[in-house]
Amino acid sequence: MVHKANQIALFFASFPREEAIERVADHLRRFWEPRMRRQIIGHVAQGGAGLHELALEAVRRLDAPAPAEQGSGR
Amino acid sequence: MTLIREADLGTPAIKSSVLLTVEVDGKTVMVPEGTSVMRAAALTGVTVPKLCASDNLEPFGSCRLCLVEIEGRRGTPASCTTPVEEGMRVTTQTPDLASLRRGVMELYISDHPLDCLTCPANGDCELQDMAGAVGLREVRYGYDGANHLDAPVDDSNPYFDFDPSKCIVCSRCVRACDEVQGTFALNIMGRGFDSTVSAGGTAFVDSECVSCGACVQACPTSTLIEKSVVEQGQPEHSVVTTCAYCGVGCAFKAEMRGNEVIRMMPFKDGKANHGHSCVKGRFAWGYATHSERILSPMIRERITDPWREVSWEEAIGYAASEFKRLQAQYGRDAVGGITSSRCTNEETFLVQKLVRAGFGNNNVDTCARVCHSPTGYGLSATLGTSAGTQDFDSVEQADVVMVIGANPTDAHPVFASQLKRRLRGGARLIVIDPRRIDLVKMPHVQADYHLPLLPGTNVAVINALAHVVVTEGLVDEPYVAERCEPEAFERWRAFIAEERNSPEAVEGATGVPAADLRAAARLYATGGNAAIYYGLGVTEHSQGSTMVMGMANLAMATGNLGRPGVGVNPLRGQNNVQGSCDMGSFPHEFSGYRHVSNDGVRTMFEEAWDVGLETEPGLRIPNMFDAALDGTFKGMYIQGEDLVQSDPNTKHVTAALAAMECVVVHDLFLNETATYAHVFLPGSSFLEKDGTFTNAERRISRVRKAIPPKAGLADWEATMALSNALGYPMTYEHPSEIMDEIARLTPTFAGVSYEKLDRLGSIQWPCNDAAPEGTPVMHEHGFVRGQGLFMVTEYVPTDERTNDRFPLLLTTGRILTQYNVGAQTRRTPNVVWHGEDLLEIHPWDAENRGINDGDLVVVNSRTGETALRAKVSERMQPGVVYTTFHHPDTSANVVTTEFADWATDCPEYKVTAVQVSRTRQRSAWQTEYAATREATTRIAVPAETQP
Repeated sequence: MVHKANQIALFFASFPREEAIERVADHLRRFWEPRMRRQIIGHVAQGGAGLHELALEAVRRLDAPAPAEQGSGR
Repeated sequence: MTLIREADLGTPAIKSSVLLTVEVDGKTVMVPEGTSVMRAAALTGVTVPKLCASDNLEPFGSCRLCLVEIEGRRGTPASCTTPVEEGMRVTTQTPDLASLRRGVMELYISDHPLDCLTCPANGDCELQDMAGAVGLREVRYGYDGANHLDAPVDDSNPYFDFDPSKCIVCSRCVRACDEVQGTFALNIMGRGFDSTVSAGGTAFVDSECVSCGACVQACPTSTLIEKSVVEQGQPEHSVVTTCAYCGVGCAFKAEMRGNEVIRMMPFKDGKANHGHSCVKGRFAWGYATHSERILSPMIRERITDPWREVSWEEAIGYAASEFKRLQAQYGRDAVGGITSSRCTNEETFLVQKLVRAGFGNNNVDTCARVCHSPTGYGLSATLGTSAGTQDFDSVEQADVVMVIGANPTDAHPVFASQLKRRLRGGARLIVIDPRRIDLVKMPHVQADYHLPLLPGTNVAVINALAHVVVTEGLVDEPYVAERCEPEAFERWRAFIAEERNSPEAVEGATGVPAADLRAAARLYATGGNAAIYYGLGVTEHSQGSTMVMGMANLAMATGNLGRPGVGVNPLRGQNNVQGSCDMGSFPHEFSGYRHVSNDGVRTMFEEAWDVGLETEPGLRIPNMFDAALDGTFKGMYIQGEDLVQSDPNTKHVTAALAAMECVVVHDLFLNETATYAHVFLPGSSFLEKDGTFTNAERRISRVRKAIPPKAGLADWEATMALSNALGYPMTYEHPSEIMDEIARLTPTFAGVSYEKLDRLGSIQWPCNDAAPEGTPVMHEHGFVRGQGLFMVTEYVPTDERTNDRFPLLLTTGRILTQYNVGAQTRRTPNVVWHGEDLLEIHPWDAENRGINDGDLVVVNSRTGETALRAKVSERMQPGVVYTTFHHPDTSANVVTTEFADWATDCPEYKVTAVQVSRTRQRSAWQTEYAATREATTRIAVPAETQP
């Protein structure tokens, strides 16, 4: 997960810093399922070891998704 | 229903704005300048006898049957080779012409077996027809002279026979091989009376023949004829449908007798294939009736249990109750589904609907995840839509063709034939590929530049090409100024102009000589209409999406988008990759590529489906595996996809599947994934259902049911039953109703209906009020996203690196006669050509390791190892090895890694660091596979049938 987040950060690293952080965060919001976002947010809460600086900052901007809903589908 | 026989106008259509008026047998017609008299006659409804002419071949003038009289001219010219002139008056039937034609036919028949009643072509023989047409009643020469009647039959090809005793040496087969297929495998050997058709002096199966079937189709007698016709007789009705193999999407006539397929004939009106075919679509359809097809639903509580055959009701009920149990126990997001690029649009739409509306989450993904997902991301980001920009016919107007990471002659053979025809016509060719693929040098085709890059360095190469364009003043400045975002372009221009992106700077990393790269860039930028065609050698990398953007950047910078002859064109691997993506199979978007968080779009779906929908993206396939191993993902419904054989790092995949509590596999065969399944739902082949496929050029074509579903339900019906059992009602009576729903909910499909598809034959989306009959070329009046967006594409080397322990790079792909995981083609006689996966290795690398051609070798990576036979080949470059993934007992994906595209998680199949060495035994994984395969696929014998 850290590796994946860093890959995303490396792609956007050529953008101006503020734009890059927002694009990384947007990518995580648009494509990462909530439990993955919860995991990376949890990782950052623990210090975010190994994360690219842009990824670290981007994750800090994510809202924690609500916990997984229990119960059946339909 | 009747047998469709397309009209043959004798010679090809000519494109000319100059129209000439000609009179044939008193009937007047206007035709383009250059049209033959034969074709003009046919257009007036007059049929001139012929044997060597066909309207998919250039006129040849050898059979001498098509002679006509032309007012004011002496003699009786051949109508096929005589072009019309203004005011020409032609007569096709006179006593003299009749006498001449009878004389010609006498000569043919004097050396032809008179076995019409027992001949397999009886009723479908042009020689027989012509004998009738000219009124042949006797052969004055007798039958005792020199002849070829004892010539032996060559039955070596598994699909067709060659009986030279029936050959009239019209050369149609040779010309079809040359002009239609472009393989040049056949020729006429000998001279005069000794002339015979030959497959290069060897048996057909050993020759360079690629079994496309063009020669068989062209043959006017039964000299070249399908074995199925020889064995079963002539068909009596046709069903026009679409091939279920690659992304070309060829139209075929399933020629039937009752519910039995006699043969598949390419459909002349098919707009993707124009009557051509390849060995897979034309001949390799026998899997549909293979004895290993599973025709009864089955369930088992544990994957170690034998399968138990049950009714559809019991299987569906069991699956639904398990999914409900898992959601109740582990949460709503603990289950998901996989749609298939091998299934129809309607079926994939239903599966994603079942997941979103029935499961109540967005955990749906598709096998495009592992092939072309970067195409969607990259083209959407730069141009605004997730699809190729052209139709296939566009290549006929290309002046320069750049093929990147694709091997069309193997993977997209029918498009390759069209491409080769254009190359023979003068288009220039650049090939960017680690391997020396056939297009680099083959009969009458030679690439101007082959850039043999090292796997994993695509982005460095595309950046260097763009660097040349930018720094040598080759940017189409007016085009960019008019069509693209200026700020993004300037940022990209500054980046790409940096010296570190120059061909010289990247030469060391890419292995591509800088001078060649510069020359290729200049050719692409200045050679006229330049078109890019690419395949999985672009997408299946850790920078797959970056590379797609890089190609779009290059095309925009040179003005090569938005008209015929140019474009950025993904060659889709499977028949419905484009369609499965279009239908909302990705976990973050609805059909038409609209994000699930878009309130307006989601509300529209909620109202149409009468259900609340999840706003968050769901899990992608690799995320599902990870979640399964974490214990939060417990069940999945997999339609038409073999995750175990096709996804990377097999051990990881199987561990994930084994950790789940309910895996439902919906397929034709007990594939490798079924080993880990608890419910098996028998699938229906493309011959057994109605629907549509969407090919690589966005062309939506009908799939029509030729025979009833062998297991009782078409796939869409089984999905519907599962949804109903889950408590989310689906009540479609026919797939056309599903398409109507797709059209209501998807702007790019708004104008699509089965009625329109039947009327037009096929439709390229977008099809809506603005383009009621579809859109062959995208971005003609500006990009879909508004202004084209140049994206900065920094080259980031993959983390998969060679070292002393793993010094070679493995890249994987497919070959002509096999398809994907081989589930279909392995169950056909195609195994004659490719019965096992081989490891291609350069002679230097082989010699260093003491490896000879045919030796068993073991391939080790950081992930795993597998053993297979070596094929020493100079197609490879030193340091790079290649294999296919068609056979489960080799399972190349035991070796591949989980490195993947940064944006889409498309696996990096094309770059795995490996070592290769000789071995005497299969790997431990293979040994275990062989030992357990039978046990995991056991089907319990029902009690009443036990002894």
